[in-house]
Amino acid sequence: MFKRSDQDSRQSVHIFVDGAAIEAREGDTVSAALLVSGRDVRRATAVSGAPRLPYCMMGVCFDCLVTIDGIGNRQGCLVPVAEGMQIEIQKGKREIGR
Amino acid sequence: MSKDYDAAIVGGGLLGSAIAWGLGRLGKKVVVLDEGDIAKRASRANFALIWVQSKGLGMPAYTGWTVRATESWIKLAAELKDQSGLDVALQQNGGFHLTLGEDEFARRGQLVTRMHNQVGAIDYRMEMLSASDVKKMLPMIGPEVSGGSFCPLDGHVNSLRTFRAFHTGLKLFGVDYFPERPVSAIVRTGGEFRLATAQGEIRAAKVVLAAGNANQTLAPMVGLSAPMGPTRGQIVVTERTMPFLPHPLTTIRQTDEGTVMIGDSKEEQLDDRTLNHSVSAVMADRAQRTFPHLARLNVIRTWAGIRVMPKDGFPIYDQSESEPGAFVACCHSGVTLASNHAFEIARMVAAGALDSELVGAFSARRFDANHAATSSGYY
Amino acid sequence: MNALPKRDGYDVVVVGAGPAGLAAAATAAEAGLSTLLLDENAGAGGQVWRAITSTPVTERGQLGADYWAGAKLVEAVRASGAEIIQRATVWSLDRNLEVGVSVGGASAFVGARRVILATGALERPFPIPGWTLPGVMTAGAAQTMLKSSGLVPDGRTVIAGQGPLLWLLAAQILRLGGRIDRILDTTERRNYLAALPHAFAFMTSPYFAKGLAMIREVRAKVPVVSGVTELAAAGDGQLASVSYAAGSRRETIPVELLLLHQGVVPNVNLAMAAGIEHRWDDLQLCWSPVLDGDGNTSIAGIAIAGDGAGIGGAAVAVIRGHIAARAAVETLTPAAAAKSASLATLKASLSQAERGRAFLDTLFRPARQFRIPSGDTIVCRCEEVTATDILDAVAIGATGPNQLKAYRRTGMGPCQGRLCGLTVTELMAQARDKTPQEIGYYRLRAPVKPITLAELASVPKTEADVQAVVRG
Repeated sequence: MFKRSDQDSRQSVHIFVDGAAIEAREGDTVSAALLVSGRDVRRATAVSGAPRLPYCMMGVCFDCLVTIDGIGNRQGCLVPVAEGMQIEIQKGKREIGR
Repeated sequence: MSKDYDAAIVGGGLLGSAIAWGLGRLGKKVVVLDEGDIAKRASRANFALIWVQSKGLGMPAYTGWTVRATESWIKLAAELKDQSGLDVALQQNGGFHLTLGEDEFARRGQLVTRMHNQVGAIDYRMEMLSASDVKKMLPMIGPEVSGGSFCPLDGHVNSLRTFRAFHTGLKLFGVDYFPERPVSAIVRTGGEFRLATAQGEIRAAKVVLAAGNANQTLAPMVGLSAPMGPTRGQIVVTERTMPFLPHPLTTIRQTDEGTVMIGDSKEEQLDDRTLNHSVSAVMADRAQRTFPHLARLNVIRTWAGIRVMPKDGFPIYDQSESEPGAFVACCHSGVTLASNHAFEIARMVAAGALDSELVGAFSARRFDANHAATSSGYY
Repeated sequence: MNALPKRDGYDVVVVGAGPAGLAAAATAAEAGLSTLLLDENAGAGGQVWRAITSTPVTERGQLGADYWAGAKLVEAVRASGAEIIQRATVWSLDRNLEVGVSVGGASAFVGARRVILATGALERPFPIPGWTLPGVMTAGAAQTMLKSSGLVPDGRTVIAGQGPLLWLLAAQILRLGGRIDRILDTTERRNYLAALPHAFAFMTSPYFAKGLAMIREVRAKVPVVSGVTELAAAGDGQLASVSYAAGSRRETIPVELLLLHQGVVPNVNLAMAAGIEHRWDDLQLCWSPVLDGDGNTSIAGIAIAGDGAGIGGAAVAVIRGHIAARAAVETLTPAAAAKSASLATLKASLSQAERGRAFLDTLFRPARQFRIPSGDTIVCRCEEVTATDILDAVAIGATGPNQLKAYRRTGMGPCQGRLCGLTVTELMAQARDKTPQEIGYYRLRAPVKPITLAELASVPKTEADVQAVVRG
């Protein structure tokens, strides 16, 4: 869906999506890193379970909700990636204690 | 715009809707006159409990009336579902009032004892449970929970869906619902009531005042009185989470949609447009001490609402002696008592007289006698 | 940079570090006022200058001169002495000018003598069938990824809608080697005629030459379909195709990515939650705050600058930011005010910068069918409520957005109405034959962005409020 520009010379950052390692770049938001990863990163809504991907990328639509380092319902488009970050794609309602 | 009705209901909230629905169900020709989008609406601000425990201290009749309502809620939910297709998510497997620390536990215990000692109260099986007993039923409680009271009759419902089901039903029963039409005056002439609104007069054989705290000003127009003492309450709501709470609490419940509602305060100030974050903070703090895992959930809404509250906390159901056919109904627990309003009060209004055996104790004449007891209309 | 504010109170608190907020913070701090600038993003710049200090897109011509113009202002704020906190979410503001802010999972309240809201704009909802499908995004979203991460579409991509940002984005994507298969232009043909009276002002505005050149640049590389009157996205759990109608032409295009845009509207949530009076703007078709010439709102001490004050674009936002801050300076430290540009000078440049806006507003007024959906099209993305659901609620008595919540939960999800509010107002207005002003908007309240229960619990509590909650 998206590709990186050739001129991008930022440092690599390694994060994990549902346990699988992917490469991101320093300054990427979690949502941007997920969208360019080529993986199926669709979440399922808490209401009907419908699949969604980020829509606005500016913090207003909440379609980028994702579990980051064990904490559910984070806005992936507002959180920059960090080395070793653990991302989990959320399916449905937020789980208890996460 | 004038049209003749068997009954005009002033107020389209949960209470007015329930009575109107009940009258529509009996085949009556009914009109509901309501306010608009911005109004003080307890129907959309409430906590949605169907609650028995600790209600009626100082007025045993209220306990009986409440227990009766919880019993007929099953029938109400079933009828609403049949008619509208809407499942109002009625759940009546008992509810808790949990306490934090030993002082609160002791105080709650005293209240339960006082309730048990009250003469004439029906046995509503409210009992104190230790923290370890509570934990068996609510495994996620935190270490600060000292125990609490449990009543097997308690429950909750999706109150917004109930409201929608009533309004869906009103349409199907052919009840006229006129929003944005507040009533400015009511007079009785020629054996009928004339209700003045900005959009014209409405004529009806009977009138039921179900306008919440506004009943205080409407009631004297038809020879009735409804002394009110509203308070403000705030509620905090979280995002949806997986089900974790099998029973409702007085101040925490998980809706069938998954959100967690956290209540509630009792404040004197009556501006529902502002919020008091300090109050929200107290509620949030108590909620996370009760269920520590809630601490990480996101709060997505908070609001303040104005409670409909008769002066002594108990419901008012009354009929006018000077203007026969005029009734007033107001109470704090519009959700708990919805079934009574839909079945019993509607039946009485249709018959033209309140049933004194069932609701005689709730006449506003009790305020004249100056014997207002210590209130426990509100838990 | 990501710590809570250092002080309990400031002369001026500015919310939002886009063009208006940066200008306001710089002006206030340069005049010696203690100034706090709070911004939700990782870096300053807002949407239009997003990632200006960190973008990997280093070939300057690709993002354009208007983008790089922001760098100077960021420098100015950094040199001004203003305290800047990024990744700070303002979740509460009230008439006592108490600002509730969340940083790194902890909250604090700061007081202010003046608050300047520069919360900017968000893209107007574009509720077409299938707009919730994965693969459908806003044009602004694509631009955000382009600026901050150098990402461009590489699969089959369609851009649909109208407005200046759409053409700018298309040009930027092409310059970075991205793929666009088709542009579906939804500008109504009759708008060209309606905009004609404003054309002279526009042609003498700076937008004109730039806009024309950009459209030419894009048209040379991408087929453009004009006069699109119907639009729908389809797919099974993932976008697969876009269908459109333009005149007698109907086509379904297989597509992987659909980027939607039909202009921007003020982001009103914080201002409305503070209780600031707003009015429906019949030209811009959105809610705008009621302001005086200095940007002051109906609440004493709170001003609004930038697109949150009504859409004007980046150049206008900068001047409005200067004006709002300058007005604060005149009140709080009159001696310092004498040293900088006068309000009169600023206002003269404002009217210069506003030239051409009426033309753009008229030309790019979105068509009714793209603002007011019907049938199964989702209106409220969070609670998944359709247009038909809303009309059903109106039929049984819902009069406005707040009653509608009780019937259908619209606006009760995490986005708090940002993606459905305008649609709900206009849909109900149409259904009830009322004006949007008569229908009204959601009554918004703090927290305007979610905060954790633990954060809320950490807010200072009075003993009286403990008593108001705890009962036997």
